[in-house]
Amino acid sequence: MAKKKTIRSIPQDRAPMAVQEPEKRVRNFDEVALGFTAEAALVECERCLLCPEPACVAGCPVSIDIPGFIIKISEKDYRGAYDILSDSNLLPAICGRVCPQEDQCEGVCPVGATLEPVAIGRLERWVGDQAIKEGWSTRPYIEPKKFKVGIVGSGPAGMACAADLAKAGCEVIVYEAFHEPGGVLRYGIPEFRLPNAVVDAEIANMKALGVQIECNTLVGRLFTIEQMRDEMGFDAVFIGTGAGAPRFMEIPGETLNGVLSANELLTRCNLMSAGKFPDFDTPLHLGRKIAVIGSGNTAMDAMRVSLRMGAEKVYCVYRRTEAESPARKEELHHAQEEGVDFHWLTAPTEILDDGEGNVRAMRCVRMKLGDPDESGRRSPVPIEGSEYEFETDMVVYAIGTSANPILGQTSKLKLNARGYIETDETLATSMAGVYAGGDIVTGAATVILAMGAGRKAAQSIKEYLSIPDSAAVYSPRTDSLDDTLFGIDLAERNFAPLRVA
Amino acid sequence: MTGFPIVAREDFSDTTFLLEIHHPAMARASKPGQFVIVMTHAEGERIPLTIADFDRDKGTVTLVIQAVGKTTREMQDICRAGTELYGIVGPMGEPSHIGAASKVVCVGGGLGVAPIYPQARGFKESGAYVIGVVGFRNRDLVFWEDKFRACCDELIICTDDGSAGIKGLVTEGIKMAVEAHSDIDEVVAIGPPIMMKACAETTRPLGIKTMVSLNPIMVDGTGMCGGCRVKVGDRMKFACVDGPDFDGHDVDFDDLMNRQRRFKEDEKLAVERWSETCRQRALLENTDGGG
Repeated sequence: MAKKKTIRSIPQDRAPMAVQEPEKRVRNFDEVALGFTAEAALVECERCLLCPEPACVAGCPVSIDIPGFIIKISEKDYRGAYDILSDSNLLPAICGRVCPQEDQCEGVCPVGATLEPVAIGRLERWVGDQAIKEGWSTRPYIEPKKFKVGIVGSGPAGMACAADLAKAGCEVIVYEAFHEPGGVLRYGIPEFRLPNAVVDAEIANMKALGVQIECNTLVGRLFTIEQMRDEMGFDAVFIGTGAGAPRFMEIPGETLNGVLSANELLTRCNLMSAGKFPDFDTPLHLGRKIAVIGSGNTAMDAMRVSLRMGAEKVYCVYRRTEAESPARKEELHHAQEEGVDFHWLTAPTEILDDGEGNVRAMRCVRMKLGDPDESGRRSPVPIEGSEYEFETDMVVYAIGTSANPILGQTSKLKLNARGYIETDETLATSMAGVYAGGDIVTGAATVILAMGAGRKAAQSIKEYLSIPDSAAVYSPRTDSLDDTLFGIDLAERNFAPLRVA
Repeated sequence: MTGFPIVAREDFSDTTFLLEIHHPAMARASKPGQFVIVMTHAEGERIPLTIADFDRDKGTVTLVIQAVGKTTREMQDICRAGTELYGIVGPMGEPSHIGAASKVVCVGGGLGVAPIYPQARGFKESGAYVIGVVGFRNRDLVFWEDKFRACCDELIICTDDGSAGIKGLVTEGIKMAVEAHSDIDEVVAIGPPIMMKACAETTRPLGIKTMVSLNPIMVDGTGMCGGCRVKVGDRMKFACVDGPDFDGHDVDFDDLMNRQRRFKEDEKLAVERWSETCRQRALLENTDGGG
């Protein structure tokens, strides 16, 4: 019998993972975190205590069977580990790289109470990368159904929903406004955090399931959601359009040349390859001294892309402190290593003109933390008389987004007070058969939450279309008859009615 | 991924040309005032172009393009009938409000002549009395005169040198129309920002509502990047989703013109590089042909 693991018997330190050195990596767009080797993955798996009631599973927004896949890795059944992972999460190579594990699975891992938590995210990423390398894909037997489902948006929410519905046998068509699919995975998250090759591999998996993707299609304008249901033969629709409109501060000077949103900077660089101008036609016209306002993940991405594009100096300007920064800890850490100059407790008040319509400098005021606001975070309060000028020739706004207006303008979907699509707890909207999830419902959030929403909506759509749920058939047997009707699982919906004499 | 077929091409001058693109769904959905974003090839940039015409029966949309920068010059070179566009998405923007106006002046300058056409036609179809005012540098550059005569009750052609119609800018044409008619409800003006600004200033003292169609630099066109932000009154608006039509008396044209100079240096570099590429290619063709 195997010796039971205790906190003292497991390897005390995390298995090492190679990372590109800061001085080298600011000059390239190659991945920063280089991933485990097979040996390191096996060592890291030994650190898992195999808790009888794993908190990590509950901490995961899509409830991945984490101990399950870790056991498979330990047994060197890597394909088995991938099968378990992809049961809950079709995109492990993506989530392993971009999930804020410190707030999710790793944040509740009991090993983390005394040592560093098990590196669950790195293990997930390693399995995902093996799958891409080996060309594994989980294409189960799919029984075709006569239903057609439309998915609006090819980002993480739309893709997760599309994959589940394709597996359930529906004909699935994904509509994407851009000329390339992937949504924020493509235009938002930079190459050094999430290589486009990984996004392409996951999209290829989806196509292998039979999902059709139509780019260059702006739903709402080319055709409406109502038309999808009434004229185009869609039995159900999922809306995962994400992409909010960038927020500006409405301070003087915001329309000067050299001021742009992080969304614009990232789209030019990640999607349109502005770094390769003039071989590629989209320019960026990077400044020498870039000031990024904000300290979330988008801000971190904007800063680190600017460094790699050749900026002399990159500043982060944030009105609260490092402790309140919402960015993923690893990204903040990497940004600090790469030489970003952080100006905490600072807020801009005006952007100054060089006389020719370009940014010359920014006037800022120092802040201090006052009383907490409704979100519970202490409100920043300007310190009187602490204004100063700050030389910069490019100002990038990464202070959040508000709802994209197009679907509100073109359909009768009910929106909430802030302009996002209103849904109930099953993610149904005010239109029958139309569901929505991800940033267009919640406001800016994360890839994993969007995927979780896509999966949840797929479940709701299956119920709406009365597609029998295979999860009910194969769920673990319980020995009591409490949740059954004459021994038949209540969750199994389409059983034939019994005639009792 | 399949491209979008170009079924017809017409050249109006050595800088202005027309492309007709087969896209039945877009032809069905297009309304006056809307635009598309186009990519010529996978390394290209995304540029907005107003939909100059749409034919729902034929299933085509028409774009009229002026070759000024690298992308439009390249399009002039390679986009022939029988070729394909790598990407085109639309129709984008809020459609023009073709509402209750019973007498309207539709003003188009230079390239703006093409985008004003669907608006003029739309107003005519809604029963309004339409006065068209179109401006060109000289008579050799005049195009679509017959199309405009077909949907305008009056047509005033303006040329800089007086070689066709009246001599003067389109603002002269507006003044003529206003002198002849005291009951004009609305003016719609499309063209370079400096022209739209001049039209708005011409109508401001007369108190006539003037709608303009703004053409800032765009990337996505779906309201996600904010690159097309314009100052209207004391608010900031995104031309791609809040516009492209705005009240000309509230638009800060100077700000728009400044923002259009954002990439002046990069554009110059790109054009020089393109000219050089063309020159090299021509040299090669000459030496091959000569032999």
